[in-house]
Amino acid sequence: MRSSVIIFPGSNCDRDMDVALKKFGFNNQMVWHNDQSIPKSDLIVLPGGFSYGDYLRCGSIASKSKIIKSVIDFANSGGLVLGICNGFQILTETGLLNGILQQNKFLNFICSNVYVKVKDKQNKYFKDLKKDVLELHIAHNEGNYFCSDDELKSLEDNSQIAVTYCGVDGAENEKTNPNGAIKNIAGIFNRNKNVLGMMPHPERMIDKYLSGEDGSLFFKNILDNFK
Amino acid sequence: MKIKVIVTLKNGVLDPQGKAIQQTLNGMNFGNVEDVRQGKYFEIEVKEKDEKKAKSLVDDMCKKLLANLVIEDYKIV
Repeated sequence: MRSSVIIFPGSNCDRDMDVALKKFGFNNQMVWHNDQSIPKSDLIVLPGGFSYGDYLRCGSIASKSKIIKSVIDFANSGGLVLGICNGFQILTETGLLNGILQQNKFLNFICSNVYVKVKDKQNKYFKDLKKDVLELHIAHNEGNYFCSDDELKSLEDNSQIAVTYCGVDGAENEKTNPNGAIKNIAGIFNRNKNVLGMMPHPERMIDKYLSGEDGSLFFKNILDNFK
Repeated sequence: MKIKVIVTLKNGVLDPQGKAIQQTLNGMNFGNVEDVRQGKYFEIEVKEKDEKKAKSLVDDMCKKLLANLVIEDYKIV
């Protein structure tokens, strides 16, 4: 499976993502934001970081960069696009995903492991995933997902909520919500479920000695579903 | 021609920074501060002499980049 990771000035999880993708057998290549086109890919990843220094709004400048038109075309033709953390913020700014990531409710940068509940398995990312609750890592200042009531209803009606923050037992409540996101939302799909944006970093959970391996499950699952 | 834009959070959207500023002001004995909303201010130099045209250009800029209409309103002043 061929993947491309887009590097923006200020991206800082691009190489971690490259390591993770290659570890599980993706044929990955790195693509610079100023390029006009993307090499033939089955998956495009917008990595975490602080693209363009988070100027104006997180992800807003990257969402107008040269390469983005190719990403949008790829997404609209049904290609898999995954945005992690800043990548999620960029996807909302492009309009490929609804809503916006606001500053965390308690104004703090959060760097910790969290549990997320997989809410929908009728998609190419989570289909047949063996676990319902994953332990992943978050590191962000703007992860407080927000959208209008109408958009939220539409996300719920179309099962577009991908993952939600929860406890180790899967409980979703205020206590297990790290950043104030509505409905504990940690990640969402577009309507066709080929575009996934989420704040947690699966690429940081691919080594049993360093972190944990729930991220490995995520990447392996994408490959399994592609075959 | 210089066009000025103010971008603010929509009513009803939580503004934690504004809240923190309000509480700090209250703590500094500005007890009569009831609410603070923080926003952004832009001065945009446009190569255009016709004010109406310049404002219409900036309006387009606001919709496409300067404001995120999910949570923000803008005002050209």
